[in-house]
Formats: sequence, structure tokens, C-alpha cells
Amino acid sequence: MTSTILQDGLYVLLLMLLTKPLGTFMFRIFTGERTVLSPVLHPIERGFYRLAGVDETREMRWTTYTIAMLLFNLVGLLLTYAILRLQNHLPLNAQALPPVEERLAFNTAVSFATNTNWQSYYPEITMSNFSQMVGLAVHNFTSAATGIAIAIAVIRGFARRSANEIGNFWVDLTRCTLYLLLPICCAGALVLIARGVPQTLDAYQRVTGIAGTTNLLPLGPVASQEAIKMLGTNGGGFFNANSAHPFENPTPLTNFLEMLAIFAIPAGLTYTFGCMVGNTRQGWAIFAAMLGLFLVGVLVTTVAEQTGNPILGRAGADQGTLLYGQPAPGGNMEGKEQRFGIAASALFAVITTAASCGAVNAVHDSFTALGGMIPLANIGLGEVIFGGVGAGLYGFLVYAVLAIFIAGLMVGRTPEYIGKKIEPYDVKMVMLSLLVIPLAILGFTGLAAVTPEALASRGNPAAHGLTEMLYAFTSATGNNGSALAGLNANVPFYTIGLGLAMLIGRYLMIVPILALAGHLAAKKRIAESAGTFPTTGALWVGLLIGVIVIVGALTYFPAYTLGPVIEHFQMQAGATFALGS
Amino acid sequence: MSWHSSAWGAVERQTVLAAPQGDTATLAPPAIPGVPAPELPPREQWPSSRDSVRKAPPRGLFDPAIVRPALAASVRKLDPRHLWRNPVMLIVEIGAVITTVSLFGNLTRGGSDPTWFVAWIAAWLCFTVLFANFAEAMAEGRGKAQAETLRRTRTETLAKVLVNGDARLIETRPSGALRPGDLVLVEAGDIIPSDGEVIAGVAYVSEAAITGESAPVLKEPGTDIASSVTGGTQIISDALTIRITAEPGKTFLDRMIALVEGAERQKTPNEIALNILLAGLTIIFLIVVVTLRPLAHYAGAAGSITILIALLVTLIPTTIGALLSAIGIAGMDRLVQRNVLAMSGRAVEAAGDVDVLLLDKTGTITFGSRMASEFIPAPGVPAAALTAAALRSSLADETPEGKSIVALAEQLGQHADRRVLDGAELIPFTAETRMSGIRLDGHATMKGAVDAIDQIASVPGGMEETVRAIAAAGATPLVVAEDGRVLGAISLKDTVKPGIRQRFEELRAMGIRTIMITGDNPLTARTIADEASVDDFVAEARPEDKIRIIRENQAQGRLVAMTGDGTNDAPALAQADVGVAMNTGTAAAKEAGNMVDLDSDPTKLIEIVAIGKQLLMTRGALTTFSIANDVAKYFAILPAMFLTAYAANGGSPAALGALNVMRLSTPYSAILSAIIFNAVIIVALIPLALRGVAYRPLGAAALLRRNLLIYGVGGLIAPFVGIKLIDLLLTAVGLT
Repeated sequence: MTSTILQDGLYVLLLMLLTKPLGTFMFRIFTGERTVLSPVLHPIERGFYRLAGVDETREMRWTTYTIAMLLFNLVGLLLTYAILRLQNHLPLNAQALPPVEERLAFNTAVSFATNTNWQSYYPEITMSNFSQMVGLAVHNFTSAATGIAIAIAVIRGFARRSANEIGNFWVDLTRCTLYLLLPICCAGALVLIARGVPQTLDAYQRVTGIAGTTNLLPLGPVASQEAIKMLGTNGGGFFNANSAHPFENPTPLTNFLEMLAIFAIPAGLTYTFGCMVGNTRQGWAIFAAMLGLFLVGVLVTTVAEQTGNPILGRAGADQGTLLYGQPAPGGNMEGKEQRFGIAASALFAVITTAASCGAVNAVHDSFTALGGMIPLANIGLGEVIFGGVGAGLYGFLVYAVLAIFIAGLMVGRTPEYIGKKIEPYDVKMVMLSLLVIPLAILGFTGLAAVTPEALASRGNPAAHGLTEMLYAFTSATGNNGSALAGLNANVPFYTIGLGLAMLIGRYLMIVPILALAGHLAAKKRIAESAGTFPTTGALWVGLLIGVIVIVGALTYFPAYTLGPVIEHFQMQAGATFALGS
Repeated sequence: MSWHSSAWGAVERQTVLAAPQGDTATLAPPAIPGVPAPELPPREQWPSSRDSVRKAPPRGLFDPAIVRPALAASVRKLDPRHLWRNPVMLIVEIGAVITTVSLFGNLTRGGSDPTWFVAWIAAWLCFTVLFANFAEAMAEGRGKAQAETLRRTRTETLAKVLVNGDARLIETRPSGALRPGDLVLVEAGDIIPSDGEVIAGVAYVSEAAITGESAPVLKEPGTDIASSVTGGTQIISDALTIRITAEPGKTFLDRMIALVEGAERQKTPNEIALNILLAGLTIIFLIVVVTLRPLAHYAGAAGSITILIALLVTLIPTTIGALLSAIGIAGMDRLVQRNVLAMSGRAVEAAGDVDVLLLDKTGTITFGSRMASEFIPAPGVPAAALTAAALRSSLADETPEGKSIVALAEQLGQHADRRVLDGAELIPFTAETRMSGIRLDGHATMKGAVDAIDQIASVPGGMEETVRAIAAAGATPLVVAEDGRVLGAISLKDTVKPGIRQRFEELRAMGIRTIMITGDNPLTARTIADEASVDDFVAEARPEDKIRIIRENQAQGRLVAMTGDGTNDAPALAQADVGVAMNTGTAAAKEAGNMVDLDSDPTKLIEIVAIGKQLLMTRGALTTFSIANDVAKYFAILPAMFLTAYAANGGSPAALGALNVMRLSTPYSAILSAIIFNAVIIVALIPLALRGVAYRPLGAAALLRRNLLIYGVGGLIAPFVGIKLIDLLLTAVGLT
């Protein structure tokens, strides 16, 4: 109990300490100011622009920005598809792996382009080192940089007045990768190597275990991929076991650092937002609302996991401890790494789903119904609790505009946020981007619930089976990429369905948001007065949390009722289900 | 100090504008050299103002005269061609139709739900739409009643048109056929056929039909404000020649009718935005409910289509969807009730957003007339002697200043005996002498500016300082002299209207800055500004300063409101985000502004801002309430709907019983209670939608805290209580 609070408390403290310096650093990067890295990196940056024929001083309207972003992502997607399909002809294929099957290659290319990193495959036996490094790890950088670039463009929409442009996509993308992601990842990879994470291009090692059997031990350039996997909230593991694998996440220290890396940029961006709109309290308000939502999730999941399954308790699995005065079955240790235990697994699960990371250090499928519902809900809300790098902030800003529009009228003025009046066009874009997520999640899940092939993939019957399907489409649409596991997603229904869900969840949400940014940038900024709706302070933070929770609850509560909610009550009532029923 | 004849005239005119109602004495015509002032007809001859807008009998919220047609209209509005503009209600109507169809299916083939249940759901879905229609019809009804009254005023009259502008050649033409530029003659008793400008004649016109103000106003040519006349008003003395300025069908009265009737009502930007939000939420809930069907099927708990429709209807924001247009219409109506015509709904919303009020000092902040505030005797003169002399000098002075001197003297214990005037010789004010007074029993008592009095009496040294001190305090000094001896000074002050200070303080709390504009010198301006507690002032302002100040503020991202009446106000009125033209103003001013105040009361700007804010607050409050309501409805419907979920898999059947936090008696009564609550709440909130939420002049943070508590938290709790009560009632009557 104490160690749980200490761990969670220390995490929050370090996150808060990290937010301002990282936020300021990003502010300097994206406003073109000099940073400590400029003397080394600026010539390189200029070299890239000259090579690509980019005029770094020329900014883009939102339409151009969007087209540049979409084209860049499309090219990246096609390139990855080609690499995966042709990996047997490409170098660094020590295991002589065959080409990736076409539907799976589509799913994987989409997955890494959209920053989802959903993996319908076992990397160790599917991907060559070339595919991992060039096809996937490069995408970890570009998809993260794309998200951050968009967030910066959206912030410019709020910060600028009467402007037509929202930045230059190529410049934002280059600066983000060069100044932010690469330096931190280099340092991070070295730390991971120091803690025992492999970094090699050698072939898999044949080892003889203590039982005397010979096993093939997969190895590879793990540390370099691990660093960006966390920092870029990508989550695609080098190994199938992801961060539960000792080569990806060897110690409690690396576990803690990896968790911190997931939230670092999303949290820092709230401060960058504050800097760019000229009032850091605006940024802290967003940070506070995100933190509030996050802590609720941590509390529910931790308590649910610590409480465990009462059926086990009744069956006599009593470890002699008491929890709330009742014999405790020792919490829910199913599917958790002994190295990390319940608290670190619960915290990791909430972080990785609150942010659209999707790396896992425990099996979410084995979480209790309520403990597993929080990760589901975190993603379902649209990945806005810190969220994916960039994606979290722009998704959150959509909710902020929604909250201000619903409640802002109550102060007797047409709603305005950061001095921007919210008009019909803005509300239209907000609603469009909000619609996309539930449409894809609930639509695809509904389809799965009546499709025999989809149903056959379930690892569990009844309510938990529904949760497995719901989680898969939630994770794909929210570009999270974590899997509840249990579900066999490498069947055509899911490789194609989840691929589409990822595309919809990423790009159909981004386009209206960039349109919103373009429209906001063109507006003048209204002066603040005592009559202005206050968007700093506790009342606003509470309102933001309220709107996000209520809108989220109203959208998903019916589906969740048939999934985790009823499962929870059935567990309380002692119901068990036979596989295949 | 401008104490000369032109100032007198200006003061006089302002006095007429700002005249308190019923004070006929202030209607005395200004002395225009060479123009004989017409006789003001006796009060009995003034047209009755019974039928005017303002004097329309005050209507209760549920006046049967409005309710009855509204009931009929709510059925007529069921027409889908009408409802498609309101997607939320259209969905409810479609739901009602599907439920009714399945009711017939139920009757013929039987169904999964009991027939009584389907029938009740179908009925209450119909009621939901009817209630929404009723709310809109109620709001429209009030405007329609007013438009009807106005339409009676707009009778076709025959106009006497001067052919080729020749007064001797007159042909009659229906008022509807008048073109701009036509010259028409109107004589006492005629209805003025169309909007126009007086080019000849001086006459009294009663504007009661439009403004409700019974006292007639003087119209004369070439005076900017007093020269514009409105069609539908009545000339009650003398004759005028008018140049028509309005196109047929586009007169002020026509526009007024269209406005109050809502015929030209277009959705305002904020209303459109809110509609998009509601449509968006409706689509989300449609997705939720449609996709719930396969999920429920998977769980073995596929409910009937009736139950799904019930769930959908309770979730989509029906409360605000039903009341949204009523709120907008009622907001416009509240303005009309206060005799303000907004030319667009956009202007009403902008009024709520105003950050800066640009106010003319005269007539808005002050009464515009200098009032005697103090008598300061010269050295060695008893105070009573000065008071008596000041009274004598002003006994016959009918100007507001003169009257205020009499009033102050009376307050100080002197008795004003006008009988002495019989034997007195009045010495009128002239431009040459710049003083006025009276010769009584051989004694000449005079008052005037110090340099004027200096010509007839020696002003003692101490007096000069007193006069300077009065001027320094922003007041106007007058010196009283009797028989060549200076008795003392009168301090004339422009008086700040009572209560104005408090209103400005309220505005400040709301985050609205007030800027006073005055032609006075900075000293006088500062005194008044401090006394009235305005945030800023511009002294010695020229007409072009207004538009400059507006532009400056707008460039800083502020919204500016102002009032105006003169032609030189027109550019500023057009530039302002909210420009309120006085009805007494020129046609140009009325054209430029986006609102017209029929009462021509410049302080009404403050009320207009309040109405704008109240309109937006009501929308926000009901939207928040509507969305917060949904939480309880889930807890009513979902446990009822999924009672049998996973029963076939061996799950315990009552697993979701814990979600039935309201302990509703049966699944059917639970669903029905939610639907009934959903419909009844619309009716319950109609008064709130029509009246608007309680408005308090508070800062945004305080307002938000208050409204969020009432409508947000209240909206979460209220349906839990309401649905439980309805369930108890249904159980009591055996409908379970």
C-alpha cells in the first residue's frame, strides 16, 4: 500500500518537474529560437531543407499543411508496406524470414504510420531486423513527429490572430525529429543498454536452458527501438511480450523510466501550449485536468487489481492478508510480471492507455473487469489524458472547445477560448472529429458481434469476449495499439477491420482538427475581461473533467454495460463461464 | 463656459429628448426666430395610445389568448417539413412513427413487449414533439399578438402628393404607391403615409402608435433629429410637407411588424452553432443506439425496437432541442417588450458580448440640463438675500435652469409667489446682453455670466474667485446682481442621473467598461466622470472621435456598443458592434444602427446588454441541464434493458440489478418513467425558456459557478428524483 503510493506519488512529482523544462524546450524548438543543440543541429537542419527544396520561412495554410502531412504519411505507409513484403530480398534478415503476408503487411504498415503500433503478429518470427529498423522504427519517429507537428499547428491556430498560415509541416517535422526525438532517444537508448537491454545486429542465439533443452533466443537492435517506442508513445514492441519481456524492460528502474518517457512529451506540450498562447496558466489548467482524469484511472485500476477476484477468495485462495477487513486473495497477479507486481503493472497499464502508447508490461486480458475497463475507457475517450505525443493535446483541445461551448454560454457571452470566439464552423469541426472515434469503435464492434469469423477469434465467451472485441477496435481507433490479448487478430476480419479503424481514428480526426486550427488562426483575438469565461483555475479544470467524463460515459456506457460492467457484477455474484459457451 | 444663446437651444432640444414621461411642460417649443410655434393641442385631442405596442395589455406567461392558438399550432408543426429544421425533434417524431407502427404490429401479431407499454411509449413520444412545438408556438404567439396590433396601425391611407413639387397641384395616391422622393402634404388629423423627412412646416406629431408615448413631438424641417417622421404616426396640429424616404413595403413599420412577428427570423450564429452541437450529439447517440442492437443480440438481450427508440429519445438532447428556438424568439420578444427593435438576432447576441459601452454624457449619464446646486453669497451679503434675489430673477424663467433655481430656493425655505409677476417687467435673455431678469417694484434683479454682469455691476474681488472655483469644479457659475450690486453666485451643475453610478458599477463587475463622450472641457468632464463612476472619458469630443474610439477598441479585440441619434452619429453606429439608434433620431441613424429604441432612452443600452446576456445564459443553462440529465436516464433504462444479458451463458440474471440505483419497480415502468420525465421536463421548463434564467450582474467566474451548480449539478440530480417519482406514480396506478 505504502509502496504503491510512493511509486505513484514519485511518478506524478517527476512528471510535474519534467513538464516545464521540456515544454519550454519544445516552445523554443517550434518558435525557431536557438536551443543548446542549435550549433550542432542547425547546419544539418538547413542541409535537409536545401536537399528537399523546402523554404523554411514559407508557412502553409491549413489545407496545404494537411495535404503535406497526408502525403508524407501515405508515402511512409507505402514504403513500409513494400519493405515488409520484400524483406526476404532486403539485408539484415539473419533468420531468413519470408515476406510478411499482404493483409498483415497492410495492417502493420497502417499501424506504424498512424502511431498505433498494433501488432497482429509475433515480431520475433515475422520481422527481419531491416523491417524492424527501417520499416518500423523509422515510423516510430515520423508518426510521433507528425502528431507533435499537428499539435503545434493547432496551438498556432489558438495563438495567432488574423493569420492565414499555421506553420510549415516540413519544418515542424524536421525540427521535432532532429531537436527533440533523436537526442532524447539516443540518451535513452544508452541508459537502456546500461541496464541490460540488447543492441545488436547479430543473429538469434542458440542457448541451452537449465532444463537442458536448446532454445533460440531472439535478439536485435532492441534498445534503440525501445527508446522511441516509449518517448513517441508508439508502443510497438520488438518482442511479442512487449515491455513485459526482460530484454525490453529488464528492471523496475527501466520500468519507471519507460513510464516517465511515455508521458514526458504529452505533458510537456501542455506547457508549450501555455507558452505559445501567452499564458502558462492556460497550459497548467489542461495539465491539471489531464492529471485529475489520470489519477482517477490509477486509483480504480490499482484498487481493482489489488482487490482481485472474490471467487478465488471464496475458493480458499487466501494468502493470509486482509484487505478492507476481508480475506484477500492476494490481489490479481494473473498475467503480471513478478518483477513488477500489481502496483507497477496497474500504473503502467493506465499510463500506456491514457497516452496512446500501447506498450504493455502485463496482460490486460487478465485484469479484473473494472481494472481492465479503465484502460478501455482511457482509449475510448480519444486518448486525451496526456494522450499520444501531440495527438493527446489536440484531442484534448477539441474537448476544451466543446466544454467551453456547452457551459461557456452560461456566463452570458458567446463562448470563446483563448480569445477565439467559437462559431458554427468551429463547432462543426469539433463535432466531426468527436464523432469519428465512437463511430469506428462502436460500429466495428457491432459488426464483429454479428460476424462469425470475428466471434471465432475470441479467447473468452460472454461479456469478456465482447470486451476483447471492443478493446481491439478501441485500441485501433484510438491509435493506442495495446491488445487485450486473448483475441486472435491475425484473421482477415481483424487485419482489415482494425487497419481501417486505425486510418479512420487517425486521419479522419486530424483533418477537421486542422481545419479548426486554420479557422481559429484567421480570427482576431478577443480581449480578456472580468466578463470572460475563466479558462484557468479549479472551476475550469473541474468543468473539463466533467465534460470529458460525461460525454465519454454517455457514449460508451451502454456498450461497457454489456462488457466490463456486467462482467464485474457477475464476478461479484460468482458466475463462471465455460470456454466456447 | 458656453453660456450663450446657441447653448440654450441645444440644451432645450436635449431636454425634449430626455423628457420624463408626462411632463408636458418640457414640450414647450424652442424659440426659433421667424417661425411661429404651433399651438400644442389640448391633451384630449391627442390620439389614444391604447393600441400601441407598449400599451398593449400586459400578458401573463400563459395568457389564454396566446395558449389557445399555440395549442393548435403545436399540432400543425408536426409537419415533417417544418421539423426538419430541428433534427433532434425530427428524430423523436420518426421514433414516434416507428413505435406507432410497431404498436399496430403488436395489436395484430403480438410482440415481445406488452401492448399497453408500446402504446404509452408511442403516446409520450408524440407528446414530446407536441410539447416542443408548443414551446415554440408560445414564444411566437407573443410576437404575433404584437404584430397584429401594429398591423392595424398600418392601414392604407390616401396620400396627398404634390405633383412636380408644386403645392398647388395635389393628387391622391395610396400610401403603398409612394416612392422615395415623392413630396406629400399632411394636415392636422392625417396619418403620415410613409417614412420621410419634413421639408416645410412646423407641427406636432403623435408617435403613440409606434412608441406608445402619448405626448406629441414637434416636427420641423432642417433640424436633423426633429425633421424625420415615421409612417403610421399621426399629425395632430398644423401641416407638414414631407419628402418620402422609404421604398414601399420597406417602411419602418413594415420592418417592425416583420421583426416582432418573427417572419424574417433567421437563426443567429450562436443558435446555428448550438444546433450543430445538438445535431452532432444526436448523431453520436444514434451511433450508440444503433450499434447497441448487435451488442445486445450478442449478449442474448436484444430488446425490442420500442425500447431502443426509448433509449435513443431519452439520450438525444430533447430538452434544449425543444426549447432552443423558443429561447431565441423569447429573447427578441423581451427586447420588444422594452420597446427596442433589433434589426437582427445577431445584434442581440452581440449585445451579450459587449466589452465597452460608449455613452454620451448628456441625456445618458446626466439629465443634460444644468441644475442649480448651490447659492454662494458675495462677501457681506446675507445668504437669505441672495436666495430671494435668485428666486426673483428666475420666477419667470421657464428654462430648466431657471426652474431649477426656483426649486432650489424653495428648498431653502423661500416661497415662490408668481402673483408678483403681474406687475413685473420681464427682461428676456438676448444674445447681446447675455443675461436675463426681472424689474419688480423698481428693482432690477439680473442673472448672467460674470463678464455680462460685469457690464452692469461692479463684481467684488472675492466674487471673481468664487466664480473661478465653481468653474474649476466643473459647474457653470451665474452671478446675481440687484440694482448694480452683486449679491452672489449660483452654481449650476449638470446632474448625474440617480442610480447611474450603481449601474456602472454593475457593468464593471460584469467586465464591461464604460466610456463617456462629452463636448465639455476636461475639467467638467472629469467631475461628471468621477461622480458617475465611468471607467474612462473623452472630453471636448468631436463627432468623428466616436468612430475613432470604436475602431481603437475593436482593434484591441473588444466589442463596442453605443447609442446615437444624429446623422453624424451614423458612421459610428454602423461601426459599433451594437448600435442603438434613438427613434427620435434621423433616418440615417436608424438605418446605420442595428437596433432602434422606440423610447429614445439612451440608458436602455444597459438593459439591452443584460437581455443579450440573459439570452445566451438561458441557452447555455438548458444545454448543460439537458446533457446532464442523460446520466440518470442511463441508470433507468440500461438495467431494465439488459435484464437478461448473458443469462444463456450461465450469467446470473440480476447481475445489473446494482445499476438500478433508483430501485424502479419494473423494467417497463423504468423505461416509461424515463420517457415521461423526458417529455414533462420540456413543459416544466417552458416558463424558464420564455422568461430567461435569472440574471445577476456578476463577473464571469461567479456566474459560471452559480449556473453550473444550478443547471449542471441540478441537471444531474433532478432526473433521478423525477424519474423515481413518476415510477412511484405509475406503480400506484398499476401501470407496471
